[in-house]
Amino acid sequence: MAVLTPVAISTNDPLQMPEKKVVIDQILEKNRNTPGAVMLVLNELQSQIGFVSPAMQEYVALNLRVPVSTVHGVVSFYSFFVTTPRGRHTIKFCMGTACYVGGMPQLIDKAKQVLGVDVGQTTPDGNVTLEICRCVGACSQAPVIVIDEELHGRVRPNKLPQLTKKIQS
Amino acid sequence: MKYYRTHVLVCADPECIKRGAHEVIDSLQDELVAQGLIDEVQVLETSRIGGCSDGPEMVVYPEGVHYSGLTPDDMPYIVEEHLLKGRIAKKFVVPDVPFTDEELRAPSAKEVRIVLKNCGQIDPENIEDYLAVDGYMALAKVLTEMTPDEVIDTVTRSGLRGRGGAGFSVGKKWQITRNVQDWPKYLTCNADEGDPGAFMNRRVLEGDPHSVIEGMIISAYAIGASYGYVYCRAEYPIAVRTLNIAIQQARALGLLGENILGSGFSYDMEVRMGAGAFVCGEETALIASVEGKRGEPRPRPPFPAVKGVWSKPTNNNNVESYANVPQIILGGPDWYASFGTEKSKGTKTFALAGDVKRSGLVEVPLGISLRDLVYDVGGGIKDDKGYKAIQIGGPMGGCLPIEYLDLPVDYESLTSAGAMMGSGGVVVMDDETCMVDIARYFMDFTQDESCGKCTPCRVGTRRILEILNRICAGEGKDGDIETLEMLCREIKATSLCGLGQGAPNPVESTLKHFRHEYEAHIYEKRCPSKVCRALIRYEILTDICTGCTVCARNCPTNAITGERRKPHVIDPDTCVRCGICMQVCNFNAIEIR
Repeated sequence: MAVLTPVAISTNDPLQMPEKKVVIDQILEKNRNTPGAVMLVLNELQSQIGFVSPAMQEYVALNLRVPVSTVHGVVSFYSFFVTTPRGRHTIKFCMGTACYVGGMPQLIDKAKQVLGVDVGQTTPDGNVTLEICRCVGACSQAPVIVIDEELHGRVRPNKLPQLTKKIQS
Repeated sequence: MKYYRTHVLVCADPECIKRGAHEVIDSLQDELVAQGLIDEVQVLETSRIGGCSDGPEMVVYPEGVHYSGLTPDDMPYIVEEHLLKGRIAKKFVVPDVPFTDEELRAPSAKEVRIVLKNCGQIDPENIEDYLAVDGYMALAKVLTEMTPDEVIDTVTRSGLRGRGGAGFSVGKKWQITRNVQDWPKYLTCNADEGDPGAFMNRRVLEGDPHSVIEGMIISAYAIGASYGYVYCRAEYPIAVRTLNIAIQQARALGLLGENILGSGFSYDMEVRMGAGAFVCGEETALIASVEGKRGEPRPRPPFPAVKGVWSKPTNNNNVESYANVPQIILGGPDWYASFGTEKSKGTKTFALAGDVKRSGLVEVPLGISLRDLVYDVGGGIKDDKGYKAIQIGGPMGGCLPIEYLDLPVDYESLTSAGAMMGSGGVVVMDDETCMVDIARYFMDFTQDESCGKCTPCRVGTRRILEILNRICAGEGKDGDIETLEMLCREIKATSLCGLGQGAPNPVESTLKHFRHEYEAHIYEKRCPSKVCRALIRYEILTDICTGCTVCARNCPTNAITGERRKPHVIDPDTCVRCGICMQVCNFNAIEIR
């Protein structure tokens, strides 16, 4: 099947970068004939590219032969899909009940103070993104934060700077 | 299968991995090679062994010695002392009682482990380990000795009810799907364990994935389904990985695929990952998500048993429901029904969390009292503070006060008390928890996770949250409580799915049991538990403060001033009541007024 490409793509979109374009095409090719491919493709794009830009959504829609509105509808529905690039590192704050009761609000305050950005934002140098996340299921370690893929439990506000130092350099 | 004289089980729970379990394993293996023991000692990765509070940890069999607090550098010592010379390395042995099977299987005499029986005992990434503990025996029995109707009859007679929370008879559900004359049929397994505070399913998937797969194959045989989907939430990457490995191994042994065990029955399955939407735990939303669509629920009927995945008959059960099935087949329905109460049979896993001493996973017979669950199994309240409430059933559950401590934990009792079984998250709250704030927390969760399809849930939860936010900010007004009650009633009665119908539960139950706290917030502008920021003030006790400046240095808004070695003061106007000063103070000199 001929590869279809959306009309306008900004120059810094992953679709304009040959090495990323290859990955995107592979993901599409692998799942093209699987029933329910939209979620599978988006999950893989999110994990391998890091975000799903509007142009990428259009590209997915064209190649899976579904309306762009369907793809965008799925992207905007699920909190895991983001449409803009994140920082090189992410710090996720678990907002499960045990973590909330265990002092997560204070921890978030401390993080805002240390990094100077609000939750949902990325530091100006593009290094760290702060995010709130749903219960990660490590409740006996509450309060829990996840730095990139690594889980840290029983974090006290005064211990936070030590943890963030590793990814700040 | 190869034989080893000693087995070392290393905990590869996320918490232990974080503390370096993989490094410990690498070092252990290097040392075993160096000492020439690699053919005598087998090293296995397993799911959680103990509390993981001082991991990485391991158990050495056949002695059953439990070591914790390990580092890669300790491995030469342990290999030489224990594995070579046979002397127990005392300094790493977990204190209090020596680790035995009994402790793992039943930390409290009140526990009965059926679903959790293999967790921490076997290597989840090796199907042979599961086979060694009678794994897939139930499947063999079903395929060779039983008709689908006999299987359904056995499950029905066991009294097993849906462990995802709704509590519908599993056997009856299978029967309904079996009776529908439309093929192909599908299975879905709900592993979208989204309730904050619940992690039972994660543990089963990570520690004993084959029990779920076996349960699903048996279910597929009973119903006549040919394909299954496990829908797992994206927050559980390790569970997805373990399950995928397990499915591959089962397929390699002919336990999945065409003509299973030569019986002529064919079934296969795959894992589908969610992407962070709580509502996908609702069965019709889950099905939409498996199909790659927005995870929005739809009205029932038609029920999934008639029109489910790809508009074909689909049976949907929770991870724990499926995991119970092999044990019921092997032990017989009467054995399973001997646990529990008249209407709620068997055992249920609970995740104990919050202000409880022994937090973690437990499995108890249904009908146990909340008191036994918290004080006996859970060891009581942390720091011996007072018991305030138990939150059971996740964000759709309710908060039960001290008067309900003797309530039996079964489906009907919990529902009539205004809570629910839910998937099994139990959060214990001590007397420093504000119940209005907790209600606000849950509404914040549900209004954020409401999919927006139906108006009562989309708008109603938002309105409730706005009122609660106002009350917590000290701007509550007369009539708020009545408005909340009205909203709760109407959202419950008119919402499309379980999320909306259950969303008002935390507010309703706290209004019922902790009304005085709402009244204190609204009429006296006071937070009795000293949690709501707008209603409290931090003060430094001048006679205790040593002027160490720790608080001033940690204050995010520089609201604390004072000279070194002289008592400090907090400026209430600049203070944002984050409480960091109180946490960092080494002299308990900061008080909330």
